[in-house]
Order: sequence, then C-alpha cells, then structure tokens
Amino acid sequence: MATYSTNEFKGGLKIMLDGDPCSIIENEFVKPGKGQAFNRVKIRNLKTGRVIERTFKSGESVEAADVVETDMQYLYSDGEFWHFMHPDTYEQLAAGESAVADAVKWLKEQDVCLVTLWNGVPIGVTPPNFVNLTITETDPGVRGDTSGGGGKPATLETGAVVRVPLFVNTGEVVKVDTRTGEYVGRAG
Amino acid sequence: MRAFFAQRGVLEVDTPLLSRGAATDPALGSFRTQYLGPGAAGALPLYLQTSPEFFMKRLLAAGSGPVYQLSHVFRNGEHGSRHNPEFMMLEWYRPGMDYHALMDEVEGLLAFSLQGIRDYHPARRVAYRAWFQEHTGLDPWSIDVPALRNFATRTLGPAPAGMDETRLSPWLDLVVTHWIEPRIRDQTLFVFDFPPAQASLARLRNDPVPVAERFELYFGGIELANGFHELADAAEQRSRFEADNRLRERWGLPVIPLDESLLGALAHGLPDSSGVALGVDRLVMLAADLPEISAALPFSLQRI
Repeated sequence: MATYSTNEFKGGLKIMLDGDPCSIIENEFVKPGKGQAFNRVKIRNLKTGRVIERTFKSGESVEAADVVETDMQYLYSDGEFWHFMHPDTYEQLAAGESAVADAVKWLKEQDVCLVTLWNGVPIGVTPPNFVNLTITETDPGVRGDTSGGGGKPATLETGAVVRVPLFVNTGEVVKVDTRTGEYVGRAG
Repeated sequence: MRAFFAQRGVLEVDTPLLSRGAATDPALGSFRTQYLGPGAAGALPLYLQTSPEFFMKRLLAAGSGPVYQLSHVFRNGEHGSRHNPEFMMLEWYRPGMDYHALMDEVEGLLAFSLQGIRDYHPARRVAYRAWFQEHTGLDPWSIDVPALRNFATRTLGPAPAGMDETRLSPWLDLVVTHWIEPRIRDQTLFVFDFPPAQASLARLRNDPVPVAERFELYFGGIELANGFHELADAAEQRSRFEADNRLRERWGLPVIPLDESLLGALAHGLPDSSGVALGVDRLVMLAADLPEISAALPFSLQRI
C-alpha cells in the first residue's frame, strides 16, 4: 500500500480518507513554538465533490489514492452508463450516473472530457470548458434585437437550459462555458 | 531594537550557533552536523541551536548582567506560512526582573519598534486557565484526555490519528491552535501561567493549583514571543532534560546529549531572571501586513 507522509502534502495530492479518494486543496503547517505540530488540510472528496477540513498530526502517514485524470472521448449513453474511449488505446470505460453527475447536461458525443479514475474506475467527469450545442427549443427571435440584453431561456440538444440573447433561434449552434453555464456566442 | 536595549543598559551578545548540546524538548528538532579535524579525535557531533538560550544562561551565571541577542536559530521540520527552518530570534534576559515586568518590557519594545509603522495597543493579559475556560468551558487543570478529545471531535471534527493518548499537552495544543487561535486574530494578548506539563524551561510555582511561570504573546492571532521565569535549579533542569529524552525514545526521536556546561552553570548559580524570545521575521510580517513569513524573508526555504 502506497502512503504519503504529511511532509509530502501539497495541493493536488490524492489521498484516501474515510474510504474515499480525496484531493488536497490546501495544506497548512500549524505548530506552537513549544508543542505538537499539525497539518491542517482542506480536502475535496472526489466522489461527492464535498470540501472538508481535516487535521493530521505532522509526521503521520496516510494511504495514497490511486487516482488518475485522463482525457477520454465521450461515445454514447445507454441510459444507465455513459461510455468513454481512450483516444490512443481505444480502450472503453463505462461511467455510472454518480460519476457523470452534473456533467451530464454538457456531454456531446465525440467531445473529449477529463475523466477521473480511481483504481481504474471512473468516479468523475469534467466536460470541456467550452461546448458547441444546438438549440432544440427557444421562443421565436425578436427582429432587430442585437444587444443580447435581457435574453431568454433556450433548451440545448443535451437537455441543458441556458439564457441566450433574444436574436438566437432554434436550430442554431451556440457556444457555452460549462464552468459557469453561460452563453458565450453563436458558433460556426 | 538595538536602540531600545542601549537605552536600557542591556548588553548585546553574540553566542555560537553550533554546540555540543541542544534543546531536548521533543517538539523541537535540531539540525545535527559534525566537526572533523584538529581538536577532535573522532567526529564531534554538533547541533545548530534552536535558540541561544543555553549559551545566554551561561553568560548570566558568569555575571554578565542583562543581555540580549539577535541571532539566527534553526528548527528542523518546521516550514509553513508562519514557519521557516532558519529564522531570526530576538532573545533577552533580565536578572532580578519578574516575568510580569518582562511582559511590560516586551510591550515597550513593540511600541518602540512599531512607531510610525503600525499602531500598537497594549495587550490584554489573561491566565492560561481562564483563557482556556473562556473559549472552551473546560478547565485544563482538571480535564483528562478523553474529555478534551471529545471537545476537539465535537468542534473540529475527527481527531488526528497517532496522537499520544497518555499526555494532555498535545490535545491542549490541538485545541489552542485550531479552536482558540482563529478566534483571537484581532487581539494582542499575553497568556501567562501555563499548565505545569507545558513548563518547558520555566519555573513552577506551587500555588494550590500549581502553574508554570511562562507567558506567550499573541499579536494579530500569531504567536510572537515566549517568556519564562527561568528555571535555575540544576537538579530539576536535569530531570526535565531526562524526562524529555525518555519521551524522545518512546516516540522514536533522536536522544539529545545533555548540555553539561549549562547544567554546570546552573549548579554554580543562575541569578533569578526572566527571559523572553521573540520571532523577528514574524514581527516584520505583522508590521508590514505580509500574508506569510516567506514574504518577510528574501531567502526562505524555497529560495536557498
């Protein structure tokens, strides 16, 4: 079993905590002049996304988490699993609902996503920062409006709903920032 | 700082960074090296000092009178936003002065040093016992490890693994650093009269509730200075060193050779003194409102 000492703690290090794989966000060394040293650590649980704080006695070791982040192409969903393919090896992996989570509304076939694997199993999917998606439904456009002020909701091919300017119509392809869920512009 | 001490007739001294002896405190890590060459038949182990305390006490015992020193000190294993393994310590000793009067002098030094840089408001002074009770409702003189562990778990979450369950001190440290310190960030505060188990090199006072005559200064929520009514009893000092080394053995830490020269000086006679050490880089950090100690050091650990 691989372990890390608290001396190896730094942002991005993947460790096991309470049976779940976690990623260290922040590590702070805390020590009274004449007393016990601690590492106070802010950690993200990679399965739930929750951020917690935890304190370790300095010098202790914790189990390393076998976590790898890799680019994979989204292929299709069979309703239960979302299937991804490694672009070089053509190896395919199926991610369950909890791994795909909120990314589901941005997943478009062929797009390359960042898949987080724990012991080889997908536990998280990060969509590309920007995706181009076709509008499947929105209120008819308003002639003459070019400012985009105000806007209206539009449903995209993946099911996501974003606010778009009034002049954008059903059938058009729009570029969306998946980190904020905001419309960036018309694509193509 | 030099002007402050010159005005008060305190002599500047300069003592070695390397010594045959070192701090035995299991919470302090000394860098160890060795001298090879004429004067040493084999390799002579030497330690970089975690504080100039032992040498300065030898000077006091030799009749130096009040002394201060601005010295680099070394602590292995300490690095973070408030720690660098090598840092500047201002340490001074006052024969014939009690530790409450020394707190006044620390305040005088801060007010003097920070003139025109940052406002200095006189510190609140509170006994450790009252301070701990104020923030936790618990009495550190009567509480036991399970009760303190219970408080820590309730307020801070799961207790760190590997803590010594037989000693209260690490648990007090956990609660002070994680629960109390974040709540005193806007205060200037002297905490004094520590639990006897945290006496370090301070004298014990046998009140109905015995206390160690030790104080800590918190400034902007940061531990800035630590002072003692200095232990002068050679036998008591030796038994504390030996107890430290037994703990070191139990924890798998290197055992430190006792500083027999210091023990000899105490046996000869140390004048009744109070002494204090102040982290100069932390003071710079606070004075200039810097986010971390590396910003106060041109050559912090990452840049050497």
